[in-house]
Amino acid sequence: MSIDLTMIWAFIIAFGIFAYVVMDGFDLGIGILFPSFAVGEERDQAMNSIAPVWDGNETWLVLGGGGLFAAFPLAYAIILPATYPLVIAMLLGLVFRGVAFEFRWRDPGHRAFWDMAFSGGSLVAALTQGMILGAILQGITVADRAYAGSWWDWLTPYTLLTGLGVVAGYALLGSTWLVWKTEGSAQDHAYRLTLRAMIATLLLLLAVSLYTPLLDAKYWQRWFAMPNVLFAAQVPVLTAIIAALLFWGLRMRWEASLFLLSLGIFLLGMIGLGVSMWPYVVPDSVTIWDAAAPLRSQVFMLIGVAITMPLILAYTGWAYWVFRGKVGKEGYH
Amino acid sequence: MFENADALLLARIQFAFTVSFHFIFPAFSIGLASYLAVLEALWLKTGKALYFDLFKYWLKIFAVAFAMGVVSGIVMSYQFGTNWSVFSDKAGPVIGPLMAYEVLTAFFLEAGFLGVMLFGLERVGKKLHFIATLMVAAGTAVSAFWILSVNSWMQTPAGFEMGANGQFLPGDSWWDIVFNPSFPFRLVHTVIAAYLTTAFVVGAVGAWHLLKDRQNAHARKMFSMAMWMAALVAPIQIFAGDMHGLNTLEHQPAKVMAMEGHYQSHPDGAPFIVAGIPNSKEQRVDYAIEIPKASSIILKHDPNAPLAGLDTIPKEDHPPVGVVFWAFRIMVGLGFAMLGLGLWSLIARWRGRLYEWPVLHKAALVMGPSGFVAVIAGWIVTEVGRQPFTVYGLLRTAQSASPLDAPAVGASLLAFIFVYFAVFGTGTWYLLRLMKVAPKAQLEGDETQEGPIRSAGITPGPAQKQAIPPQDSAADGGDGQ
Repeated sequence: MSIDLTMIWAFIIAFGIFAYVVMDGFDLGIGILFPSFAVGEERDQAMNSIAPVWDGNETWLVLGGGGLFAAFPLAYAIILPATYPLVIAMLLGLVFRGVAFEFRWRDPGHRAFWDMAFSGGSLVAALTQGMILGAILQGITVADRAYAGSWWDWLTPYTLLTGLGVVAGYALLGSTWLVWKTEGSAQDHAYRLTLRAMIATLLLLLAVSLYTPLLDAKYWQRWFAMPNVLFAAQVPVLTAIIAALLFWGLRMRWEASLFLLSLGIFLLGMIGLGVSMWPYVVPDSVTIWDAAAPLRSQVFMLIGVAITMPLILAYTGWAYWVFRGKVGKEGYH
Repeated sequence: MFENADALLLARIQFAFTVSFHFIFPAFSIGLASYLAVLEALWLKTGKALYFDLFKYWLKIFAVAFAMGVVSGIVMSYQFGTNWSVFSDKAGPVIGPLMAYEVLTAFFLEAGFLGVMLFGLERVGKKLHFIATLMVAAGTAVSAFWILSVNSWMQTPAGFEMGANGQFLPGDSWWDIVFNPSFPFRLVHTVIAAYLTTAFVVGAVGAWHLLKDRQNAHARKMFSMAMWMAALVAPIQIFAGDMHGLNTLEHQPAKVMAMEGHYQSHPDGAPFIVAGIPNSKEQRVDYAIEIPKASSIILKHDPNAPLAGLDTIPKEDHPPVGVVFWAFRIMVGLGFAMLGLGLWSLIARWRGRLYEWPVLHKAALVMGPSGFVAVIAGWIVTEVGRQPFTVYGLLRTAQSASPLDAPAVGASLLAFIFVYFAVFGTGTWYLLRLMKVAPKAQLEGDETQEGPIRSAGITPGPAQKQAIPPQDSAADGGDGQ
């Protein structure tokens, strides 16, 4: 199989989704953990650690959605109606989460309410994103280039499990980010949260990994048949190694490394997802080639990506660099 | 609930609702980002603290408006797939790439530099900070470029081929797609509209504070700048709108017939109907007040030029007339009111009474929201005028929607209505509260005022308390305006 533009585009979209998951993942994770931080200094530190970057992080979601629309329009047109209530709930969750960044400072009298909106919005967005993932993996009824199921098909024990898995995973990203960016009592609290989030994430990851091959014989094939198993088996092995490092690092009170190790777990999860789904974009009815935009659209966009992506990564990196270091108790001086 | 409702109609209401709400914020933030860039440039060039004070004043407002624009915009990028999946499948190969370019060249740019613009002055220094402000302003404008190209392609599709599977496929040249026939006109008209919208908000805020204190130098400066914009740009906008209308007449004559209320053809000169009640059932305008031949003069520059009416168009292709007819009159009326205020301000300037004429200030205050109303009205004219098609003349709205049950669409519509009014209503109230605070010089030696950091609310605890009280005391004077 030679590499064609459709495969390149599948990797670009996967990269965009991965970038979103890890970057907005820690924002949403902080939102999920927010109620456990003390009102005042601890919460303000947590909020300040992401205030300058959350908007850029969320833009990757627009790239994921917009990119899917552009590169695989048929997949976009099938997946969104199939997960309709989840998508709407996610968007509304993100509305509450996003405005809370500004509103909580504009209205000290109702700060408790906007803190709740920040946290609730983050939780809903994370849960629904995980459930959308589960709904795609468990399969979507397709007929005649369109979704052909009912509007509750997405609600199953499996999707609830994947939803909780993503909530726990984001919480892990959020807590390890806070370990890196805060100090004092907020950091102590973040270390405690990291332990819990880590255990929850690993247990749910294990549960999803065991459940998925049972959903469909094809998943079983992709994971356990020769020669796939030789590659696929590396994924759980590496995950176990990273998990062990995470526990060790937590005891040693590592800082930035804990966050980077958590990213490693997500990267392996993404690779595992690739093993399960490839080459389908809607398992098992639409492959990436079925859904792909025509060559001219792919080429036109690839030129844009090739020119802009290095710039985007450069100035995004610069923006993170500007706000590097501990967030401090006094905000940015 | 909704079991017997029409899923298509609910989907249309949902899109109209979410896009109208969303449009309000970029219409304001496109102009405001540029205004902030101008203020910062003037500050860097002249070193006058006045400009920096104004920059910080409007930066707080920008931050709140921009956040609302972002979250309501993300909804839009998914509405195409959730509610218009057939349209997305068919038109995706052509318009999808344009929207991807919007993300790559505009959204990342504005979002990437926003953090530095809001919180980074002390960390990066004046020059880099100014570049960040410029990048945010450029991002908002580039975003308008791409999304209006998409919208224009739906109005005047060009440069495509039809695929065997019913998809619109790109032809040889993306240039033909991006620069489709209505795009240059729509882009100019819409971007100017965004600048005017901002100018009238800034003018109204300046006027409000002049009414309270004529000596306020900051209020004077912002009022004067806004009135220059009104006087210079409103006439340009009327001209640009006229050009856009002529372009529409060429490519979407049915839309112009609806705007004019011309159910019947006029072989020797068509009247301009100033007001009346379009009656689509009887195909006539009831109680019409007409200026004979005026429509032919405007559209053809010849009083006796024949103009075709909706009677030349198959009935199933008629756009709704009443909504388009009235929205058009609201937009044009407000455009001329803006021009009038601009001219009035020139007279006031000439007579040396720009800051001493309370009636002018009251008029400017009343005109504060006029840009938003005009923008939404214009949007209604062009979008409702495109009906009954999503891709004009080629793909019907009725054949574009997702295969969803009415209860799903209805329930989500209710959720959007409830959340948007609650969240954006509150946000608008916060904006008005910020605008009510009198703009003033920062206190000498008050180090808490050195950067926009605190002003954007990033500073926790004690510093926040220091910065806020003078504002709160002003804000407690009443509600809203």
